[in-house]
Amino acid sequence: MSITLKLNGKTHEVDAEPGTPLLWVIRDELKLTGTKFGCGVASCGACTVHLNGEPVRSCQTFIEDVEDAEVTTIEKMEEDKVGAAVQQAWMELDVVQCGYCQSGQIMNAVGLLKENAKPSAEEIDEAMYGNACRCATYQRIRAGVQRAAEILEA
Amino acid sequence: MTINTSRRGFLQGAAASGAALYIGATANGAMAASGSADAMLNNFVKIGADGRAIAICKHVEFGQGSATGLTTLIAEELGVTMEQIDYEFAPSNPAIYNNLLFGPFQGTGGSTAIANSFPQYRNAGAAAREMLISAAAKEWGVEASALDIVEGMVTGAGKSAPMGEFVAAAAEMEVPAEPRLRDASEWKLIGNAQTRRLDSPAKVNGTAMFAMDVQLDNQMVVMVRRTPQRGGTVVSFDDSASKEVKGFIMAQALPTGHGVAVYAENTWAAMQARNALEVEWDLSAAETRSSAEIKDEIMAALNTEPTYNVNKADRAAVKSSVDGAAQVIEKTFYFPLLAHAPMEPLNCTIEQTADGDIVLHDGAQMPTGPHMAYQQIFELPAEKIQIKSMLAGGSFGRRATPDADYQVEAGLAFIMTDRSRPVKLVWDREDDIRGGYYRPAAGHKVRVGLDENGTIVGWDHQVAGQSIMKGTAFESFAVHDGIDHSTVEGIADSPYTIPGQALGLTDTEKATSVLWWRSVGHTHTAYVMEVMMDLAAKAAGKDPVDFRLDYLAAEGDAARKAGVLKLAAEKAGWGNPAAGRAQGIAVHKSFGSYVAIVAEISGNNDDGIVIEKITAAVDCGIAVNPDTVVAQLEGAVGYGIGHAMRDQITLDGGAVEQSNFPDYEPLRISDIKAIETHIVASAEAPTGMGEPGTPPSAPALANAIASLLDSSDMLAELPMAEAGVYFA
Repeated sequence: MSITLKLNGKTHEVDAEPGTPLLWVIRDELKLTGTKFGCGVASCGACTVHLNGEPVRSCQTFIEDVEDAEVTTIEKMEEDKVGAAVQQAWMELDVVQCGYCQSGQIMNAVGLLKENAKPSAEEIDEAMYGNACRCATYQRIRAGVQRAAEILEA
Repeated sequence: MTINTSRRGFLQGAAASGAALYIGATANGAMAASGSADAMLNNFVKIGADGRAIAICKHVEFGQGSATGLTTLIAEELGVTMEQIDYEFAPSNPAIYNNLLFGPFQGTGGSTAIANSFPQYRNAGAAAREMLISAAAKEWGVEASALDIVEGMVTGAGKSAPMGEFVAAAAEMEVPAEPRLRDASEWKLIGNAQTRRLDSPAKVNGTAMFAMDVQLDNQMVVMVRRTPQRGGTVVSFDDSASKEVKGFIMAQALPTGHGVAVYAENTWAAMQARNALEVEWDLSAAETRSSAEIKDEIMAALNTEPTYNVNKADRAAVKSSVDGAAQVIEKTFYFPLLAHAPMEPLNCTIEQTADGDIVLHDGAQMPTGPHMAYQQIFELPAEKIQIKSMLAGGSFGRRATPDADYQVEAGLAFIMTDRSRPVKLVWDREDDIRGGYYRPAAGHKVRVGLDENGTIVGWDHQVAGQSIMKGTAFESFAVHDGIDHSTVEGIADSPYTIPGQALGLTDTEKATSVLWWRSVGHTHTAYVMEVMMDLAAKAAGKDPVDFRLDYLAAEGDAARKAGVLKLAAEKAGWGNPAAGRAQGIAVHKSFGSYVAIVAEISGNNDDGIVIEKITAAVDCGIAVNPDTVVAQLEGAVGYGIGHAMRDQITLDGGAVEQSNFPDYEPLRISDIKAIETHIVASAEAPTGMGEPGTPPSAPALANAIASLLDSSDMLAELPMAEAGVYFA
């Protein structure tokens, strides 16, 4: 079936079967590879994108459910005020190690900061709980969210 | 860039010469001067046509910071800032890019990336500097000794010019045999905690290229249905349901018989078609045991005379000392199989060029492995195989299989085609968790005897488990007199001086393929040593720190171990936890480095235990990138503690029971509230940092829990959650 997908401000016509996860349309059809495959069952968060501004797991979001929605990926974050602040904080603190989960971490953190401009450590832990990092960069993720909040407040 | 054609010639020349530093045959001065090509000044330093330096990194970057670290060494000696230098990954060529601690083998492991490269990369940077300076001195008619390179400018004798201006002439010069290395007092980058990772920008904006991100024109995606039990083989398969999947291309049994490769137009089609495949397996020779049987075998071995007397102790005398001691502390431990579960599921992409070369795109931890395997599979000479190293999304040991398992799988899937289309092999998380390479299961039985003063008079230690090295290509490397050192490392070579110690080892049968897992044998040996030290201290009525110090000599290895122990205790406020909290400590040497950890926890076993703070002290010699050292410590602690808390791989009838993160739960952000790391200032040569934080992390937590609950009963078997510890 042909589906109209609005991704990062552009409209794409994609041919995909119903039930195809948004993740694979983004990666394999539209060749945007910043969004990662980690588990396929929404338990690691590496595939997190924004759907109408809300973080969702693209491996469990199906293509037929996103028609008419705005999908935003990591590739668009530099143009987003909160996204750019999170990226800056991530670089200042060198949050990344292998980096494979970090697109998802950043997308989830941006979602959090748009809801809560100054989250506490506990609120960060709660919001970021579903984003796994096998390198265990969690101390810096927590500090990075707090640093991004500072950047945005300044 | 002309690198594809020119570098090959350069590498052949370099290999033939055997020179550590070599001016490339393709360091074409005229081209470099005209601004159209890069110039290799030696195997590790290239100067781009734009005058920017490029470090050639021989180690994989899978998060441990090797790319930044190796580049720091070049930049320091060359005389450029970190903003003036880039990095690229070396091609596969063990004659030039071998790990100096591995012999003629290119690879990353054992926390050796900086340790083996420190002199080599400094020399390469210094040689490049001296060549550029010589060229400038000649052109300016001044003494070379009057010149230096500072922030990319050749400077001195009243003159200054960008180093790029001298690349053409420098490339024609003799390589200095022994370039002058900068004195530590001159260092601006080595040891500078402000240095940022070079791979951060690409990893925060989605442009970082992992092997999973390779999208070659016309590529097929292959997924494999593998035998559910080790040793099973394909009898037949039915792909009629797979054919209903749009994008399915074909299915073929792999010649090894261990699986069926399903080819499709894209990843999602490959997943669906693979899952729709019906396979009949021959399991007559397959593993059928359960975890309980494997455990029983290991535990039974602990009660027999060990096969190997590792430290050649007088076993009868040790046993007698323990039996006759005033107090005997006895404990038996069991450690389950563990999966590595790197964040990026295993994958690689293979293609054939118009010239008939085979090209592998891979987050290759040990490029020499697939390089050698492909020579056999494709019946090609080494120079017809190229390995393009990509960023790797973690490994923790998994990408370093002695049999190059996933790369061979991709090679076999590719050779069964007409090779007109590239093949990208993709594993999903279920494949990864069930993929058959695990931290081996192990058991320990320890009996420690104390005299009436609380002093150790005997330590009878038996280990039983599955040898990682035996039966692999690495056997001769690590197995001596039948003893696989990787099963007893951390005990056999401990800096503790323990009176009357016997160490016995018995190998048990492998029920799965077993593999090094971040810190290898230290994952279990450090746990046992450090939990036993605490139990002995308690029995002796002594403080755990003081008790350990009694067995650490005042110089050498032991003094460095004592140093981190004291530093961690001091920084953590040892002995004075906040109200309602308990502390535990552990210290261990591994991969040349010393790490002590204090875990401070709160709660109870009804409401849940909370890990409030980890305080770590590390002595890894010179910390090239101190912030990377801190990051590796944080990560290694998380890796060790996360698995000790919750994870195990179990078998039922030979098949792995876990399948994905919901039942192989990763450490989560809320699990550890804070980690604070202190680095011991040192002028010693740098040692490992990727792994050494892992071994003492779990025993520090265990000792804190024993203190909090006033019991060690639940800590003899991992994971802790299975043994009755409740984490909030």
